[in-house]
Amino acid sequence: MTAALRFDPIRLPEKCEQLRKEVRAFLAEEIAAGTFDPHKPNREDTDAPEFSRRVGAKGWLGMTWPKKYGGQERSFLERYVVTEEMRVANAPTRRFFVADRQSGPVLLKYAPEHIKMDILPRICRGEICFAIGMSEPNSGSDLFAAKTRATKTDGGYLINGTKIWTSSAHIADYMIAIFRTSQPTKENRRHGLTQFLVKMKQPGIKVNPIGQITGQYEFNEVVFTDFFVPDDHVLGEVDGAWKQATSELAYERSGPERFLETYYVLTELVRAVGPDPDTRSAEGIGRLVAQLHTMRRMSVSVAGMLQAGKEPVVEASIVKDIGTVWEQQLPHRVRDLAAFVEETATNRETLERQLDFAIKTAPKLTIQGGTTEVLRGIIARGLGLR
Amino acid sequence: MAESDNIVVETAEKIFADLADPQTINNDKKNSWQAPLWQALSEAGLPLSWVPDDLGGSGASLADGFALLNAAGRFAVAVPLAETMLAGWLLAQAKIASPEGEMTVLPASPKDRILLDADGALSGRARGVPFAKAAKHFAVLAHGKDGVSVALVDATKARIETGLNVGYDHSDTVTLNKVQPTAIKPASKGFDQTTMMLMGGVVRSLQIAGALESMLDISVRYSNERVAFEKKISKFQAVQHNLARLAGESAAALAAATSAADAIANAKSFDDAVYLEAAAAKIRCAEAAEKGGAIAHQVHGAIGFTMEHILHRYSMRALAWRDDFGSESHWAVELGKLVANRGADELWPLVASR
Repeated sequence: MTAALRFDPIRLPEKCEQLRKEVRAFLAEEIAAGTFDPHKPNREDTDAPEFSRRVGAKGWLGMTWPKKYGGQERSFLERYVVTEEMRVANAPTRRFFVADRQSGPVLLKYAPEHIKMDILPRICRGEICFAIGMSEPNSGSDLFAAKTRATKTDGGYLINGTKIWTSSAHIADYMIAIFRTSQPTKENRRHGLTQFLVKMKQPGIKVNPIGQITGQYEFNEVVFTDFFVPDDHVLGEVDGAWKQATSELAYERSGPERFLETYYVLTELVRAVGPDPDTRSAEGIGRLVAQLHTMRRMSVSVAGMLQAGKEPVVEASIVKDIGTVWEQQLPHRVRDLAAFVEETATNRETLERQLDFAIKTAPKLTIQGGTTEVLRGIIARGLGLR
Repeated sequence: MAESDNIVVETAEKIFADLADPQTINNDKKNSWQAPLWQALSEAGLPLSWVPDDLGGSGASLADGFALLNAAGRFAVAVPLAETMLAGWLLAQAKIASPEGEMTVLPASPKDRILLDADGALSGRARGVPFAKAAKHFAVLAHGKDGVSVALVDATKARIETGLNVGYDHSDTVTLNKVQPTAIKPASKGFDQTTMMLMGGVVRSLQIAGALESMLDISVRYSNERVAFEKKISKFQAVQHNLARLAGESAAALAAATSAADAIANAKSFDDAVYLEAAAAKIRCAEAAEKGGAIAHQVHGAIGFTMEHILHRYSMRALAWRDDFGSESHWAVELGKLVANRGADELWPLVASR
């Protein structure tokens, strides 16, 4: 075979089902207490700090990390269950999700011990929020073009430049960012980028919010002016961030969050159509459910590969490509199928409100976390085409 | 998934590679390759994989049989291997021994019914029956006054109107007019036509996934050989992105089909969760056959549209297999009804039940 693409039918073990029940019960309590409305996607910037702490107290943050850093040493499959239940319920996960999925694992791998001991337990308790500083004005997916400089000085580095599209920077306590520590070489244009841990809310950092077409404020421009980062905040190899960043992409790209962002419109369509659908509605729903089920099987399969210690970069890219294209099309398909739903259907108004929001959300889904074009490039490389 | 870890698949793959090599088949316009292939498969006991020893078969596990059929899909073999396996499996549901030789199952469409009369004779029409023309026996699922029965029918007693599907394989209409079966017994408890259609659908899904894997393989290879505008076409980004999408469709089909097969192989009964797996696999694999096949042809250009090139063996069969045991439209409507009937709040629990 050209490419040994395998998606083994991994099953979630029994203990995942027990955990799923616990998560559902917890979320039901939170909904009853008014923390969030599952039928209303987060329009406001509800970063919900208390909710984060309660999730942390349950032991559902940093689940797979070592106990000495506050983790639970549980499996990726258990973490998978928590993520998908939170997503499907529309829970306000923004404050903790990035740290749980990406920043924590980066620190675990590359941070000095005293920083791990300081920060990881606080992530696990749901006390702190992380942002990721990758894109810059005029760079975006082309990370090699990043220009924001980290210049060596006594005891650390001085940062000058601007990051952009940085989700949650306005509420973040820390950012893991890449900065340019030297110029790329002729032989290796990936050379010269370094990963840093940045403590936010300090002099020398200015966060400017950028409004989104959904009406939300989620991402930001972050301007660094002679901002000091101490030496022990360098993560991994100086000038070697590229390799570090790419090996972790599988975590970012294959999770259930990559096809469930607009899921709520499908539930509301089923509710609006009612128990006795016409043929057109039934076929439309059936196809969407079949597609959703298939992506979830692929995503669970990749979680199984991660659990087995593999680095399924190509498989994860496939899941993200198919998943984000699907969740982008979903609101439009639902709109189409809902065209003949009775005007008097009880949730018609809710459905329309949700569709409005989902249609405005859709354009970003194939951009965030690796554009479709970049992903297809990675898949093509895996096929031996480049 | 070239390397296999079980003896049944290894045996089958060796036979396919020796006797069903695509180029050999393509160069043989008289189809004289089919007899030695069938003989080798039969000698290895593969057509009766799913029949227990005491009923005349080789008693392989469901899982091994499914893996074997996925491999058969990769070679797009045009002998009634899948059909005979399904027939043997169906007969075994009622503890009827399997005869030797080619078989197929009927009905092959959820819309057709074969009825069992009070005097024990079978009547009815089954359309789109794969390889009916080649079969010596039919395994028939029939509806009678007292429920569902499984019957073994001598093919010479049926009227067969031959037809061809888009893959140039026989897809025939079989009419039974008061035919006395060779053997007939009640189906096991809970077994019905839907069960049989789901099983057949999963078999076709595995074959489609296998065919897509081969389409990806030969398309990638071709793109690395073919030069246009002074470059290998694999170096054009537009071609790379198309092939990445084909890889995605192939992966989705494989994931859906193998997950459904695994679900059936480990299920105690055909409950809603198995229904979701099997119906979803047939829907998604059929969609993948359409989207993936189109890309494979696009990459191959005009040459892939000729009878001389092997691409059509995979692409057209994958498209044809969409129609057997319920098309994707059929299963989408049924799955949509099931989901709607269970209600909005039960959708996620159903999807997340596995």
